[in-house]
Amino acid sequence: MKISREEVLRVAQLAHLELAPEEVETYRAQLDEILAYIGKLQELDVSNVEPMTQMLPRTAGGATPADAEPELRDDVPLPCNVGGAVLAEAPDAARPFFRVPKVIER
Amino acid sequence: MSAASTWTIGSVRDALLGKKTSARELVNDFYAQIERRNPELNAFLALCPERAYAQADRVDAAIAKGQPLQPLAGVPVAIKDVISTQGVRTTCGSKILENYTPPYDATAIDRLEKAGAVVMGKTNCDEFAMGSSNENSAYGPVRNPVALDRVPGGSSGGSAAAVAAGLAVVALGTDTGGSIRQPGAYCGIPALMPTYGRVSRYGLIAFASSLDRIGPFATNIADAATVMSVIAGHDSNDSTSAAVPVPDYLAEIENPLTGLRIGVPEDYFGAGLDPEVKTKVQAGISLLERLGCKRVPLKMPHTDYAIATYYIVATAEASSNLARYDGVRYGLRVQGTTLMDMYRKTRERGFGPEVKRRIMLGTYALSSGYYDAYYLRAQKVRSLIARDFASAFEKVDAIVTPTTPTPAFKLGEKTADPLQMYLADIYTVTGSLAGVPGISVPCGTKATGLPIGMQIFGSHFDEARVLQLARAFEKAGGFSI
Repeated sequence: MKISREEVLRVAQLAHLELAPEEVETYRAQLDEILAYIGKLQELDVSNVEPMTQMLPRTAGGATPADAEPELRDDVPLPCNVGGAVLAEAPDAARPFFRVPKVIER
Repeated sequence: MSAASTWTIGSVRDALLGKKTSARELVNDFYAQIERRNPELNAFLALCPERAYAQADRVDAAIAKGQPLQPLAGVPVAIKDVISTQGVRTTCGSKILENYTPPYDATAIDRLEKAGAVVMGKTNCDEFAMGSSNENSAYGPVRNPVALDRVPGGSSGGSAAAVAAGLAVVALGTDTGGSIRQPGAYCGIPALMPTYGRVSRYGLIAFASSLDRIGPFATNIADAATVMSVIAGHDSNDSTSAAVPVPDYLAEIENPLTGLRIGVPEDYFGAGLDPEVKTKVQAGISLLERLGCKRVPLKMPHTDYAIATYYIVATAEASSNLARYDGVRYGLRVQGTTLMDMYRKTRERGFGPEVKRRIMLGTYALSSGYYDAYYLRAQKVRSLIARDFASAFEKVDAIVTPTTPTPAFKLGEKTADPLQMYLADIYTVTGSLAGVPGISVPCGTKATGLPIGMQIFGSHFDEARVLQLARAFEKAGGFSI
């Protein structure tokens, strides 16, 4: 068994998910099967392999078609008057704030 | 097939220039078709007639003034519902965004409309693009227009079905592990995943940021090429979009294939591949040889590890990206006694089972004690898969494989077994992980009539080559081989 019931509950808590009691075992069994399949990655020797952290391809010389440096725009402020439009989508807002349940007790 | 399905970008253009129809009339006709077919297909989640007619009227006014037609003038397009459209509800197929209306347009939408395209509406998809059958949509599955008891593929099933049924001339989808190419194959139409960084992701609601790409569905290669020329190119709003010059794809696709080397990796023709699919794709490869290509056998030894790698990398990124849905800034909020209680209740109510499963898998893979064994290892295997492609492209100009091991499966057939569903992406996730472009083109059908897809990968930023091969294949009758 790759993953226990306790681990499923711990992961759900980390991910801010609330699971119904009957969901816990369903997810546990499914995640267990998926993790068992993913276990095949252990077959490979990756001791001398760098993780892939960049999506732009590197040639033998290290150059990419887009050059090594990303295209960056000049660091100048641009108008950004979107506060109203953004807050209009919020479930609860009091301009210029999003409103949430009280987080600080006093 | 309906009359509407005969329209192409070229025929729309000719009809508008020849005054056979107006852009407004065309929008009318397409909305009539959508009204007729959508109840059974469920391809569209929202229509935006006000926006469509306004755009059509602009096109008609330009024609009346004798102005030159833009490349997509008056062309009805459908947009996958994970791509932001200002003022038009964008749900990502999720209950958590049921009432979300983006305050801005994605760059791809902006470019389509500046080129004259008419956005008709938003298409159904698996929730947050997570799925291979469209059955994970919170708004019900899409049906495959070729066979109504079958899935259209996923996650861009609504876009594929809309184009295949003639409810839009072209459509945008997104591809993270196969979500453009696989539904293209299942619905029998060309479907292109561009190179990572080729099309701006600005306004694409994120699933897995190192994998997500926007690309076109069309009924023919010229249309796919035209859409690509419009949507591709650097965008200062997406730091991962590449400043690589965009060729005129339409001008490149008619080049002869003489001397091109096509790689055929044996690893894509092994166990699990439907024999009829194998026969047709092999016939497709023979056709490309007759057209002047040289066939080069290849080994891509890490192919078999791609699904396992993908389901770690993609779910890890998803668990981070989807942390933003917490009931604070947009979308659903379920009231709670504390902030944490509100987060958890909102996410419990708002997300469907597959999204929760992937968030949990990704959270697990990133969590303390498991990071090295899962996420870091997967990122290393991803390097090996990318290396398979890099060494292949030292020997060949393109790689040809089946798009999927089987044609469209029945609705409900795989819903009980997530792992079986994941394995439907076995030939597409490789190119996703490597960042290269790939197209699925129709390659005949099974005896039952179900479409088969052939996949062509190119090297980074070489969509022109991929489209050139696809066009020659189309012209030589390969689509109905």
